[in-house]
Amino acid sequence: MSTKKNALLWNIAYVIVIIGIGYFIYVSSSKVNYIWRWKNVPSFIVYKAHIDIDSPVKGIVQDYKDHKLYIKTLDGKIKIIKVEHPEVKKGDVVDTTDELGYNEKYKSGPLLMGLFMTLKISFFAIIVAVIIGLVTGLMRISSNPLLKNMAITYIELIRGTPLLVQIFIFYFFIGTVFHLDRLVAGVGALAVFEGAYIAEIIRAGIQSIDKGQREAAISLGMNYYQLMKHIIMPQAIKRTLPATAGQFISLIKDSSLVSVISITDLTKAGREIITSTFSPFEIWFTVAFMYLVLTYTLSLFTQYLERRMAKGE
Amino acid sequence: MSNIIEIKNIYKTFPNGVEALKDVTLDVLKGEVVVVIGASGSGKSTLLRTLNQLETVDKGKIIIDGIEVTNPKTKLTAIRSEIGMVFQHFNLFPHLTVLENVTLAQIIVKKRNKQEAEEIAMELLNKVGIADKSGVYPTQLSGGQQQRVAIARALAMKPKIMLFDEATSALDPEMVGEVLDVMKSLAKEGMTMVVVTHEMGFAKEVSERIVFMDHGQIVEIGTPETVFTNAKSERLRQFLSQIL
Ligand SMILES: Nc1ncnc2c1ncn2[C@@H]1O[C@H](COP(=O)(O)OP(=O)(O)O)[C@@H](O)[C@H]1O
Ligand SMILES: [Mg+2]
Repeated sequence: MSTKKNALLWNIAYVIVIIGIGYFIYVSSSKVNYIWRWKNVPSFIVYKAHIDIDSPVKGIVQDYKDHKLYIKTLDGKIKIIKVEHPEVKKGDVVDTTDELGYNEKYKSGPLLMGLFMTLKISFFAIIVAVIIGLVTGLMRISSNPLLKNMAITYIELIRGTPLLVQIFIFYFFIGTVFHLDRLVAGVGALAVFEGAYIAEIIRAGIQSIDKGQREAAISLGMNYYQLMKHIIMPQAIKRTLPATAGQFISLIKDSSLVSVISITDLTKAGREIITSTFSPFEIWFTVAFMYLVLTYTLSLFTQYLERRMAKGE
Repeated sequence: MSNIIEIKNIYKTFPNGVEALKDVTLDVLKGEVVVVIGASGSGKSTLLRTLNQLETVDKGKIIIDGIEVTNPKTKLTAIRSEIGMVFQHFNLFPHLTVLENVTLAQIIVKKRNKQEAEEIAMELLNKVGIADKSGVYPTQLSGGQQQRVAIARALAMKPKIMLFDEATSALDPEMVGEVLDVMKSLAKEGMTMVVVTHEMGFAKEVSERIVFMDHGQIVEIGTPETVFTNAKSERLRQFLSQIL
């Protein structure tokens, strides 16, 4: 009972500290004479666009009902056109291509477009990184010195150099030699980078499986492929799921670095908006929050998977 | 009767320099039950594991059912599936149910269809007295139950030979009997068995021959009576006095 009460107390303390930090940020920003313009921010995520509607026919406006214009053409037919905000009145004569008015439509703002780009890059990079990680992880534990040393060289090279430098090399060197699209270069650089980490996770996962599992499978007549597919990998993947998910989350965050090769991801979109709005605080907070939504969703999904898999035993 | 196992002058030295087998020669007849005894570290497990080539040998030959398994050109998967092996620590597949443990290799190695594999599995689980647990995962079973599943898993491949490496050593004493009973009934059915065990009662009751190993060598081979009552070597007498 008393520990429960204590926990409640500490939770209240936590809320107070968080509010305190928020207040501190607010006060310090008002000291630097910063004008907050939060109300502009939503329009960078979604905004209402005006779509002009031009008349497709020549005729006279007969009526306007239910957001629709009824235009009588010269040969006596009635043409019905949807216009939410008309700029013509009953009785007006209109010619083809005359503007009748406009409709409103929701469009993705630059931040949402950037988020989609970040998602797209991360999605493809994760798939490629997992393939690279699986192959290299298996090569790493191979008894064949060629395969093993290749894997070690790759892993050490990648883990020993900064991702930003790798992206430049990928884009300016490899990209130029092989005429790679910047998107392909970005996805490639990310996948190659994270693949090295996933390889190490997979290697550790495989090596953590009791050697009796291998012996039992081999003694039943399974070959290497069957052993890996049915016995080792299912157990290793289950065991490495938290680490792998952590790596996926790193990948999403690391993907912000591809903005340096002019890919308009979430980070680059944020930078572009700031150059025209001078609202860096709001935009960077929003960008950070959007990354957090992605990573936290992934984190929740992994926890769900872990719970579901735990039932298997 | 003919030899189903022929071990001819095999040697095995591990990379760390341990000479686990030194010039071991042994034949096993079809249907025979051979018990291997000896102190810990004497090479019993290594000998057993060379039979299905979980360990390779440095020198010498092993011929199983006419196939030279020590020849590097021999395709081992087929012959391995005909040699069942039961381990001290069961080594069941923890991510599969009991039934799946017994059907998996039937389906992917023996290419039996799922229904046939399940029928064979249920028959064997019945035989080892554990059919009611077919849907559970191994960790929910006691040690004795797990070991019986492991025996069923090996038997499902319809092996010609069964190898047991201290199959009861990791069990609580009250569970040893249930596993030994399964092994005894297998012996009675005429299965060829090579059994590493410290259960001298089992050795006396079901084995045709007892092999005593010491420091990587077979020191003495004989029927249970000669080994237990009339041991020739001093080392065997000493071993028996410690264990009995
Ligand atoms: N994989 C291995 N690597 C190195 N030494 C080993 C290995 N397996 C067994 N040995 C050594 O070989 C000897 C025989 O081992 P083993 O066959 O397991 O004996 P037993 O089963 O009779 O106890 C022991 O000294 C053991 O330490
Ligand atoms: Mg042993």
